[in-house]
Amino acid sequence: MPSQEDIALMAHLMRRAGFGASRAELEERAAKGYEATVEELLNPGPEPGIDEDELIRYFPQFESSLAPVAAQTEWVYRMINTRWPLQEKMALFWHQLFATGNSKVDNPPELLQQIAMFRREGLTTFPNLLVQLAQNPAMIYWLDNNGNHYGSINENWGRELLELFSMGVGHYSEDDIKEASRAFTGWTIGTKPPRQPVGRFYWSFEFKPEDHDYGEKQFLGHSGNFDGGDIIDIVVKEEDTARFLARHLYNFFVADEPQVPAWNITPPNDLDAIDRLVQAYLDSGADIRSILRALFNSDFFKQARFAHVKSPAELVVSTARLAGNYNGPRTGFPLLAFECGWQGQELMNPPSVESWHTGSEWIDGGALVRRVNFAAKLLSDTSLPGIKAIVAGLKEQGTLSPNEFVNACLDLAGPVEVDEGTHQELLAQAQAGGDITWDSEEAAAESERRTGVMLAMIAATREFQFA
Amino acid sequence: MASTRKDPVLVVLQLSGANDYLNTVIPFTDPLYRDYRPNLGLPEDQIIPFTDDLAFHPSMGPVKDVWEQGKMAIIHGIGYENSSRSHFRSMDIWHTCEPDKVGTEGWLGRVIRDLDPAGENVLKGVNFGQGLPRAMALRGVPVTSVSDLASYGVLTDVPAIGGGEERERMLELFSRVYSPAIGNGPVMDYLGQTGRDALKGADIIKTAPEQYSSTVEYADNPIAKSLKSVAQVHLANLGTQIFYTQYGSFDTHFNQLPAHAKLWVDVSGAVNDFFADLREHDAADNVVMLVFTEFGRRVQDNGTGCDHGRGGVAFAIGDRVNPGMYGEYPSLKAEDLIEGDLAPGYDFRGFYSTFAERWLGLDATPIVGGKFEQLDFLPTH
Repeated sequence: MPSQEDIALMAHLMRRAGFGASRAELEERAAKGYEATVEELLNPGPEPGIDEDELIRYFPQFESSLAPVAAQTEWVYRMINTRWPLQEKMALFWHQLFATGNSKVDNPPELLQQIAMFRREGLTTFPNLLVQLAQNPAMIYWLDNNGNHYGSINENWGRELLELFSMGVGHYSEDDIKEASRAFTGWTIGTKPPRQPVGRFYWSFEFKPEDHDYGEKQFLGHSGNFDGGDIIDIVVKEEDTARFLARHLYNFFVADEPQVPAWNITPPNDLDAIDRLVQAYLDSGADIRSILRALFNSDFFKQARFAHVKSPAELVVSTARLAGNYNGPRTGFPLLAFECGWQGQELMNPPSVESWHTGSEWIDGGALVRRVNFAAKLLSDTSLPGIKAIVAGLKEQGTLSPNEFVNACLDLAGPVEVDEGTHQELLAQAQAGGDITWDSEEAAAESERRTGVMLAMIAATREFQFA
Repeated sequence: MASTRKDPVLVVLQLSGANDYLNTVIPFTDPLYRDYRPNLGLPEDQIIPFTDDLAFHPSMGPVKDVWEQGKMAIIHGIGYENSSRSHFRSMDIWHTCEPDKVGTEGWLGRVIRDLDPAGENVLKGVNFGQGLPRAMALRGVPVTSVSDLASYGVLTDVPAIGGGEERERMLELFSRVYSPAIGNGPVMDYLGQTGRDALKGADIIKTAPEQYSSTVEYADNPIAKSLKSVAQVHLANLGTQIFYTQYGSFDTHFNQLPAHAKLWVDVSGAVNDFFADLREHDAADNVVMLVFTEFGRRVQDNGTGCDHGRGGVAFAIGDRVNPGMYGEYPSLKAEDLIEGDLAPGYDFRGFYSTFAERWLGLDATPIVGGKFEQLDFLPTH
């Protein structure tokens, strides 16, 4: 039987490396052990995360719909139902880092292809990811590399590759941007076959040698007849790149950092932790799996419980998973996709290539109200499977004093750790109703109702906003 | 709160993604315009001339009307020294007035603080849109951010919580668990303040759409919806003095002609409808609108679009605006460009200062971080 501490630590791991887990799953994983679970998360099996045939059968529109919400819904479906939570969480990480938006791409199926690439390649190496990204048609279109020609460069991709995707501002010159852009000339989108008579085709990457600048380039102190792949090879060997990626991983998985634009002037909150991640990057040849292994097994990670404000996608997906009513195909998934957007994170449509601001900047008056209302509604509904399980868990414990009731609700809904003052308020609310009993049908019904209200209040606390 | 009705109101409209100056206010008689814009140059028979040398984009018909009514100022060559070509960085600079370091305080946050030092009205500043702009962010200053006016409120849809009394009790509990006595650290404090303000603001603002009626029919696009919400809250006399909203993306590296045309159709129509709506209710004369973008775009086009640039154009619109053009259109001569960009000749902090001092009656120096040249598009306070 795993200890309470084992469960709390496992819940922390599953909130960060996935989208939370039910009590049953936490107990099962805790019994296997922490490091064994980390390995399992890091090594998804060959079978897909969800039953793809079932998805197509129930949601045939996901494959081809040009409505953004269809693409967002498919992704939310996968986040909730995947058997490989870290794979899906990494797709979200890369999406937030390599932010590509439908506001310009205007082609949700192509964006889904990009997300599928993040899902497939997300745990490989950073150089591989950058090459895949440079050759991803949605990205090529998003940052105009299809308009980057021999003799007439468009520096959008070259600039953002260095500023936002690898080294961070301040570590290269304007000339480096121009030279990198020259190296990526001819990396473009192939001509598409006409849609009639057999339907639409996905965009494809094409290298056009006649549009590529084969001349010598000077880039970050190196010179040669570089092409895009060479530029990436140079970039990924820079320690600035290791540091930049380490900080992104820390901000996403461990604890909130200042916003990205402040990074070249504000030191990391935990420099030792960043140094260790940089070392793991350098030691492993930028192998993402190795860096994450070091991260999840570190003390700085284990000690960072509730040090990260949930992104809207994390809040929506983890709450739906806890409620347990979105397991497998059903109607209503599009509302979850919309909800992410209403809370400030419209999937596959970040505000710009600079992505969303994170941490406390997810929260403003409007977003907080939405977060509270969404989570309170689901957690208070005792007819939902996940909430039923919480009620059953309480019932097993028999009659509960108000204090035991509050603690058991906090435990089964997370465990959620709350401030003493919050606890006092929840307790006062519980005391007004007296002990929780299950002796009669009437008492059980009232206890169930009170559980719903208590879970709604837990969902409404500040502490619930943190992962 | 009816007495606050004639307090000055500022509506900020952000054109996100960098609006192209050259194709918004077009120097159509300058032969260099045609030279630099072989692909993007707008046809002379479509542009809308408003002086001998300058014309509006063909989509800006409603803006031309505003100009002719004498309710608009054009601020040429606005920007700042060592202009950043990064959207993120440049927008941050416009939001915080901190060109040399990353600022955390928004200039409008400081404006709202100075308008309402005790933080008595959580609706003093209202943003319509997803996420609060950094311009309005200042710890300790309540700002209400609304994505959808119709459904705004705390614990509005929790069936387990009974009606009436029980809901009241829950809202009281909510306000206590968000009280300053609980939790520690800046993020918990910030969440607490945000929660308490949201609770207060929601109760008040939800009354606005109920009272509203108008003959103006706004178009069906996000900027029209946002400005309609601004009108609704303004007309409800809730004491709001700072409104914020944004539209975009103006980041037209590629296929600019159709994209830029659509954006200006939407913006021009929405702005015109907004002021028509206010005038219908005799509520326009205490409102000015500030329209800005983070920088202009590259002078030379890149084929079908243009890249990030420097100097841009801003507008001030309203019944009390001294109409005209302010500042100078930057020279297009090759030797006057900075790395191919228009050189900004006027610091945006002076533009902000003009609103802060002459319109809102505040000391602009601490708000924009220094003294900058003000312009006469607003009468001295």
